[in-house]
This record gives sequence, structure tokens and C-alpha cells, in this order.
Amino acid sequence: MSTASPSLARVDGRTGRMSPLRKRLDLLGDRALFGICLAAALIAAATIVLVGYQVVHGASAAISKFGFAFVYETVWQPNFGTFGAGSLLFGTAVTSAFALLLGAPIAIAIGLFLTLLAPRGVRGAVGPLVGLLAAIPSVILGFWGLLVLAPFVQAHVEPFLHSTLGFLPIFGTPETTGLSVFTASLILTIMVIPIIASISRDLFQSVPRELQDGASALGATRWEVVRGIVLPTTSSGVVAACILGLGRALGEAIAVSQVIGAGSTIQTSLFKSGDTLASRIALQFPGALTELHKSSLYYCALILLVISLAANLAANWIGRRFSYGGAVS
Amino acid sequence: MSDQLLPDPSAPLTPSGNLRRRQLVSRAAELAATVAAVAAIAVLAIVIWTVASRGIKAIDLDFVFTGYPTRVGPMLLGTVIIALLATLIAMPIGVLIALFLTEYSGAKGARSMKLILDLLNGLPSIVLGVFVFALLVDHKQQSAFAGAVALAIIELPLIARGSQEVLLLVPGSLREASDALGVARWRSVLTVVLPTALGGIVTSTVLAVARAAGETAPLILATSNFDGKSFVLNPFEAMPNVPVWIYKLSEEGNPEGFAEAWGMSLLLVSFILFASLGARALLARSKRKLSS
Repeated sequence: MSTASPSLARVDGRTGRMSPLRKRLDLLGDRALFGICLAAALIAAATIVLVGYQVVHGASAAISKFGFAFVYETVWQPNFGTFGAGSLLFGTAVTSAFALLLGAPIAIAIGLFLTLLAPRGVRGAVGPLVGLLAAIPSVILGFWGLLVLAPFVQAHVEPFLHSTLGFLPIFGTPETTGLSVFTASLILTIMVIPIIASISRDLFQSVPRELQDGASALGATRWEVVRGIVLPTTSSGVVAACILGLGRALGEAIAVSQVIGAGSTIQTSLFKSGDTLASRIALQFPGALTELHKSSLYYCALILLVISLAANLAANWIGRRFSYGGAVS
Repeated sequence: MSDQLLPDPSAPLTPSGNLRRRQLVSRAAELAATVAAVAAIAVLAIVIWTVASRGIKAIDLDFVFTGYPTRVGPMLLGTVIIALLATLIAMPIGVLIALFLTEYSGAKGARSMKLILDLLNGLPSIVLGVFVFALLVDHKQQSAFAGAVALAIIELPLIARGSQEVLLLVPGSLREASDALGVARWRSVLTVVLPTALGGIVTSTVLAVARAAGETAPLILATSNFDGKSFVLNPFEAMPNVPVWIYKLSEEGNPEGFAEAWGMSLLLVSFILFASLGARALLARSKRKLSS
């Protein structure tokens, strides 16, 4: 780039000015480029609005028939034209909460390992590998869950939990298939971990070195540095990361539908089958019986849409409002 | 008295009491963090090993090039076409959004644009499936194009954000040199900034494609009515594709189908792993080159 090509600056040799034609062309070009860039940005914004409009439009029949009661009614009988998403909402909440309870501590620990403990070489290998966990397509993870994880869970994990912690109603008698809310939660845990881990690693890296060194110089152990410096300075970002992970877990359809067993009642035991909003849409939408059935599934999508937008806005707001030195990206 | 003030000089130099407890706690925490990392890698290894060991049995040359009952050629071709279409839609828009962010929007505009991209990125893929169904499939027919639109929406925020990061790394001196020569902004964007960042933009796009190629939920609604026996080239009818076929086979529950699904999973996973690892390495390299 040491010399500009002649075409870049074609200047009138005599006056040292650009030709008027060229000037007008450049003005036009500047406006045009700005125009199409703006148009692209508007397309992105319009997409969100359009998604919202189409989903609400599709759900309108179900909304006018069932109203808000759809959210807590639990009867879902396509043959009789009664639909309520209560049990689906329950299943969604239970599976995502479980995934987050199990996944978040592991993911945060991985983030700490990557920033504070791992030697440089290990860090360079483990970081991308954890990222690859997020790259495995959900249908393959679900397929693996169906054929490998579910039988294993059914044969070993569920009986063990039932015999040791069986006094808690959530660890009831295992079923014969292993297709359960519990297995679905484990799959979701696997999906949530890489998201939270990579964001929290970036957060932990942003903690100023001097603060940590200062604490060490005062005699704090590594764990005390983490407890006293690293986690408090990044806590809001970590919360935002967890909310993003939660959003991912709530919206996962395919892998969940493969391992959750498609039950339609609310059960206290995690070892029974259940269903989530997203998984119900994936399972029943292609073969929807009636327009009302389809519309009810649109209604489920609407609930999902609202929850996911709310989760993302919340994460964004927390990240911006409380974060240390910049928002969570 | 002096015994209590001065420590015994002959005592061994190991911590005791409270310090010992604190060090043990710290060790335990370090161990727990390491175990967590090892566990995550172990899960990845188990999944990939299962897919590889079971999938390799199904794969031979016939498997890749011919159609159903036992072969998957049409699905592979379909997935390639759908991913290409999606990228054709998403890449120009994504790069333009990145340009908008780096060249034109002020700090405020950039913030709201970033929020929009985050929201797009956070939309559950099944909701996007429902969306394209309502927009392009309902009362018409399923089409590869509808699936591509959904995948494009998934790719868009990834491409935009990746390109923006690379564009920000283009050295200011290049731009200033171009300004000093009296070059109009649009010319310097098109002839200086974009070419410098092109490598990084392409690799970000490859990463986005790797992410979208395995997406199943939208395709189930957009392009799932196919029998998998013949090659389909028309993007305006339902096109066979790998993720939906794996899903169908896993729901059917017959062992021969499972073997085929493992084979296809292996092909899909290896494409995604190689594409994302390779692209990530290239991206790191071109970023280093730009910032040095």
C-alpha cells in the first residue's frame, strides 16, 4: 500500500483538482454505500419484528380461544381441541433450571481453570475443545443421548440416585426406557456448559492483574484470590452469562424431543417422561391435526419467543449496568 | 515468655493451623476446577468417539454418492445446497451490517445494533422454524429456500459480529493513507478496508456455516417432506438434508436406520469440527497479522 494505484486518485494535473464528474460520482458512491449499509442494518431489525408479527399472527386463533389461561392449563388433547401449555412450561422450567444448576458451577470452574490454573499450552488446547462441545449439532447430541446416555442413565445413574436419595420425591422409581426429564436435563447441561464457560473465561481474563497480585502479596491463597477478587468483580457478568445459557436451554427443541419421552402430564419425579415447549413444537407441528392445534403450537412458540427475548434483554442490561469494564458480548 | 514470642527455630517449615486449612481449601478448589475441565473434555471425547466408532462402519464410497434405502447422497447434496443458499443470503447482509457498525453508526447506533444482533442470536431455532413456516411454507409447500432463510437468520449475527471484529483490526494508518490521497470514503472502504479484512471475513463466515449446517429444528418445519431416494436440485421444493434425516431415523427406532444415522452423523460432525477448527486457526492468524 505504499503507492496508490492511479485509478484511486485521478487528479487533474493542471489545476490539482478532481474533475467535477468524479466528485459527483464520489458523492453518489458515498451515499449509496451508506444507504445499503443502513438498509442491511434495518433488515436485521425488521427480521425480529417480522418474526414477532408472524408468530403472534399464527397464534391469534389460540389466543382468542384460550386467552391467558393457555399458560397454566395443563390439558393438551389435540383430538378434543383442548390445549394448555402448563405442563410444557413446567417441563421447560424444570429441565432448564436443572441444567443451569448443574452446568453453571462446572462452567464457571472451567473458566477459572482456563484463566488461573492451566499452563499456557493446556489453555490453548482445552479452550477450543470446550468450544467444540458447543459445535456438536443438537440432533447428533440427542441421538447420542437416545442410544448411549439414556440406557446408561437408566441402568446406573437413576437406580443409584433412587436408592441413595429416594426419600426426595424428585428421585422416584426409574422407568424402563431412560427417556426422562432427567436425561433431557443432562443433555441440556452439556449444551449450556460451553456457553457459560467461554463467556466467564473472557470475564475472568479482564480482571486487572494488579488486584490479584495485590491480594496474593497480602498472603491470600489462590482460592481466596478467586473468592475475594475475581468472582466479586465479575459476578454481574457471570450472572448475565448464566442467563444466556438459560436462554439456550429453554429454546432447545431437537435434542430434548429425542430424549424426554414426550409425556404430557406434570410429574414430581425427574425420572418420568415429560415435555417442553420447544420439543412439543418440533414433535407435533409437522403433523398438526387442526388449525387450532397448529395455532396452539404457534402460541407455544410465542411464549418461547417472549421468554428468550426477555432473557437476552436481561443479560444485556445486567452486563451493561453492572459489568466491570464493558458489557458481556 | 520468650518461648511464646519467638517460634521454635528447629520446627519444620510447613504451615500449620489456620494457614494449613486455608491452603487445603485452595488445593481442593484447584482440584475441583481441574476436574470440571477434564469432565467437559471427557464428554466431548466420549460423544466423538461414539460417533466415529459407530459411524465408520457405515461409510464407504457408495454411502456417500447414492440414494436411499441405505445410502445418503441426496441428503449430503441437499445440505450443501441449503447451506450455500443460506450463506448467499446472510453473508452480504452480515458484512454490510459490520461495515455499518465500523464506518457509519456512532457509538449509540452501534449499541442498539449490537443489541439487535444479540437478540437475533438468542432466538430459539425452533421459533425461526415456526417463523419461516408461517412466512414461506404455510398454504404453499415446503422448500429448501425456506430452510435457507431460517439458517441465514442464524448465520447473520455470527457473520456480522465476526466481520466487525476483523474490520476493527484494519490498521488506521491504511485508512489515513487513503484519506490523505484524497480517496473518497466508499472507494477506500471497497478497495482498501474490505480487501485487507477479506480473509478474516471469509473465515468468520465459515464458522457461521459450521454452526448452521447441523441446525435441525427449522428444517423440520421447512424442508422435511422427502423420501431420500432421489437427488433434488430445485430449491423451491422440499430438499433432502442430513440433520432432518438423522432425526427421522432416530425417531423410527430400527437398528439399520441407526447404523445409517451414525454414518451420517460422522460425516456431519467431521465437516463441522474440521471447518470450525480450521477456520478458528486461520482467523487467529489473520487477526495476528492485522494487529502486528
